[in-house]
Amino acid sequence: MLTILFDGVAYGMLLFILAVGLAVTMGLMNFINLAHGAFAMVGGYITVLLMQRLGVPFLVCLPLAFIGTALLGAVLERTLYRPLYHKPHLEQVLFSIGLVFMAVASVDYFVGSTQQIMQLPEWLKGRTEIGSGAWMLGMGHYRLFIIAVCAALTIGLQYVLTKTRFGSRLRASVDDQRVAAGMGINVNIVFLSTFAFGSGLAGLGGALGAEVLGLDPSFPLKFMIYFLIVVAVGGTSSITGPLLAALLLGIADVAGKYYIPKLGAFIVYSLMIVILIWRPQGLFVRKGGK
Amino acid sequence: MNPQNTLLQARSFRWWELVFWLLAFVAPFALPSHALIINEIAIVALFALSLDLILGYTGIVSLGHAAFFGMGGYAAALFAKHVMPDPLVGLAVGIAAATVLGAVASLTIMRGTDLTRLMVTLGVGLIMLELANKLDWLTGGADGLQGVMMGPLLGKFEFDLYGRTAAWYSLTVLLVFFLIARRIVQSPFGATLKAIRDNRLRAMAIGIPVTAKLAQVYTLAAALAGAAGALLTQTTGFASLDLFEFHRSADVMLILVIGGVGWLYGGILGAVGFKLLQDLISSVTPQYWTFWIGLFLVVLVLVGRDRLFRPWTWWGGRKA
Amino acid sequence: MQKRQLLRATAAAALVLSTGLTAMAQDNVFKIGLILPMTGQQATTGRQIEAAAKLYMAQHGDTVAGKKVQLIVKDDTSLPDVTRRLAQELVVNDKVNVLAGMGITPSAMATAPLATQSKTPLVVMAAATSSITEASPYVVRSSFTLPQVSVALADWAPKNGIKKVVTLVSDYGPGIDAEKFFNQRLTFNGGQVTEALRVPLRNPDFAPFLQKVRDAKPDALFVFVPSGAGAAVMKQFLERGLDKAGIKLIATGDVTDDDQLNDMGDGALGVVTSHHYSAAHPSALNKKFVAEFEKANKGLRPNFMAVGGYDGMRVIYEALKTTKGAGGGDALLAAMKGQVFESPRGKVFIDAQTRDIVQDVYLRKVERVNGQLYNVEFDVIKDVKDPGKTK
Repeated sequence: MLTILFDGVAYGMLLFILAVGLAVTMGLMNFINLAHGAFAMVGGYITVLLMQRLGVPFLVCLPLAFIGTALLGAVLERTLYRPLYHKPHLEQVLFSIGLVFMAVASVDYFVGSTQQIMQLPEWLKGRTEIGSGAWMLGMGHYRLFIIAVCAALTIGLQYVLTKTRFGSRLRASVDDQRVAAGMGINVNIVFLSTFAFGSGLAGLGGALGAEVLGLDPSFPLKFMIYFLIVVAVGGTSSITGPLLAALLLGIADVAGKYYIPKLGAFIVYSLMIVILIWRPQGLFVRKGGK
Repeated sequence: MNPQNTLLQARSFRWWELVFWLLAFVAPFALPSHALIINEIAIVALFALSLDLILGYTGIVSLGHAAFFGMGGYAAALFAKHVMPDPLVGLAVGIAAATVLGAVASLTIMRGTDLTRLMVTLGVGLIMLELANKLDWLTGGADGLQGVMMGPLLGKFEFDLYGRTAAWYSLTVLLVFFLIARRIVQSPFGATLKAIRDNRLRAMAIGIPVTAKLAQVYTLAAALAGAAGALLTQTTGFASLDLFEFHRSADVMLILVIGGVGWLYGGILGAVGFKLLQDLISSVTPQYWTFWIGLFLVVLVLVGRDRLFRPWTWWGGRKA
Repeated sequence: MQKRQLLRATAAAALVLSTGLTAMAQDNVFKIGLILPMTGQQATTGRQIEAAAKLYMAQHGDTVAGKKVQLIVKDDTSLPDVTRRLAQELVVNDKVNVLAGMGITPSAMATAPLATQSKTPLVVMAAATSSITEASPYVVRSSFTLPQVSVALADWAPKNGIKKVVTLVSDYGPGIDAEKFFNQRLTFNGGQVTEALRVPLRNPDFAPFLQKVRDAKPDALFVFVPSGAGAAVMKQFLERGLDKAGIKLIATGDVTDDDQLNDMGDGALGVVTSHHYSAAHPSALNKKFVAEFEKANKGLRPNFMAVGGYDGMRVIYEALKTTKGAGGGDALLAAMKGQVFESPRGKVFIDAQTRDIVQDVYLRKVERVNGQLYNVEFDVIKDVKDPGKTK
């Protein structure tokens, strides 16, 4: 049981890293970006291809995946996304679905649609087991690694958000874009860097998750609903909200599949619907927030 | 031109509409080898029409409309397999099942922002998919439901291999529901829907019972979607999990946007264009046609639908 | 606004009318409608079968009994409704003489009634559920069935110290077949299936299931997943430390699919599987087949799907030679039944009664040969008929 909890936490942290970019950009730009999963996929494929074709070590691939995806995000934001900020939500949805289709088909064309198999470095394979019987805690080393990296990132993000000037500018722009612009904050730069950073995080999440979640061209479509759940339930006005929502989702999903495999994914979807009907603004929104 | 005349004129049938429907019904006869795709176009058109009612006329963005499509489809298929192979009764059963589901699901879309509604509709669609998958003793699961043999339509017309009976059947059902939908959107109920779409707060302020209207239109749209689904499973004699898949909901939204949201013919013309485009591109690059559709979507949104269909405005300054 | 609507309506109508094409009927062409999943989850199946079919045609020429053989390949993206529509179009518009392919069971089942209605033989080259051949009297299979290969393992396991087994299969036709027949035969041989787990076919997440297996501590884990998903299972198996906990992995050959095997790494060494074809099968015909296949397809190794396609083409060609093009679908079907021949996999024959394939099933172990991983055969069960037939 503890192992399941551990697996759920690892899964949740991974989901958080994948979805936090989406939460922030949705809160900031009020843009429903269903293509977020595509950025994650790009990060995953960058890693896999670098490792397979060029033999780049895994640890080096991770920051490369982050940077590559962040660059892609910056370019797309400036050229494609920016004109669409004030368009109605329907158009944003369609646009991002179009991007996803394009990304999925392109990857399928260039790399093929089989699941990508990644060879982890030796020190990440393996497993530690503590305790015995029902209370045994089996920790795969890779999942430990994921938890460690994601925890570090979370702390880093929280620090940036609360203690740096960029963070306060970001929070100001999320709260009220017009007033922030009126105060002299360069909202465009804030948007650009936030979007790039968020996409970079998604790419990093995709690279980390390739081993655990599987990587094939249909990745964005498969996991889109999970990212959206994290954002909708966690709210878009902080990062602790999505963090808690992601952990909840991860644990519920893994535990559900283990204990009641017949129902499995049901639990997650029904839970989401119930939560959203009960609290349409999300579970963890502070009073007076958007 | 007094206001009454304007309103009345908006309701009358244009001559080109009659030509259009005439051509539609002649098509399966004139092009027998294409009866299959005409059948598909009619079904998708009906599905798009149902989405238009909630998207175009009421402003609800739904990513899970396929839930009702699939519900109607499976209900009709199961009915034909286990109870009675008559198509029309099966159609009624499919519609009834989808209506019930729509009424229940309408409870979920009452509150919340656009994003919430998006999520909830997507969630409902996925739950239906999972349900169909899990209840495989009933639905055949991933293998699909086989052995659906349809009886002759109205006791006389057999469903032939060429698909002509199917095409006329679907076209007739489409026409019937089109006329019903037309009547509804041109009635005071329709005006209420447009008011809700344009500004919900204002609509509430003038006393429109918004939640009740939302429930009604959502249920109605579900009924039409269920009819489309029932038509599909009846004419193909097969029901599979694909009926509930996300790409069906996404495709139908795309069709509406191509054809024009908020205009009843938008769904129909969009369906014609989309299916023909799909057929054309699939024969050239069967694998990667989603790429071209995606590209089309991106360009459509960036350029703007109105400008896209007027090539002369693509370059040069914007006029008005 | 009105004018725009009018223009659009006329354009749409004109478009519809202008697509009226006339199909030219050609008497001297023999058309084969090959419907495969070229994209989507099962894309490797489509790729392998198409390559094998084209190889056969390249090796044996495209003129048989005075007719030119034309292969029409269509992509059904693994969606059964699309398969059905494509099959209908092929029969009605292109007037094909034979339908072939069928990447997954649902596709085959959806197309079977069509084959019956139009009296067109349907050669199933990939799908593996027993009941497919019973869905229509026009179905002939050249691939295999899960019961055929599962019982071989259930015979081998108890002789090698495996008594308690947990089964893990994908939740669809072939998976349920595999589970049922493995269970039956194992129990018959004195073993026991302590738990039967089913993983959803779409988006399978093996981690929680394998954790359950770990907790159940059987002697072995029997797995069936469709080709392409084997790597994920193998990965999770190793990650959860199941091999270190003393649980052996036995599976049908779909898990150690030749297509993916070499990329699985050393963790796959020693896994015992049962299947009807291995690229390492030591016969002269197979060596030639593999060599020419790899040459024509940039080093891609053929797998059991490819051999299904290759043999399917052989069945069609020989049937055409016998009937010389006369007699339509019924004569062609009659000529397909009862064919006996040597395939790259070994000796096979098409049972005249069930129209299913009867073949040798091999037990193989994964070993490294010449630097690459192969399924090396160490035992064989001859002439296995499909035990899954109910009629």
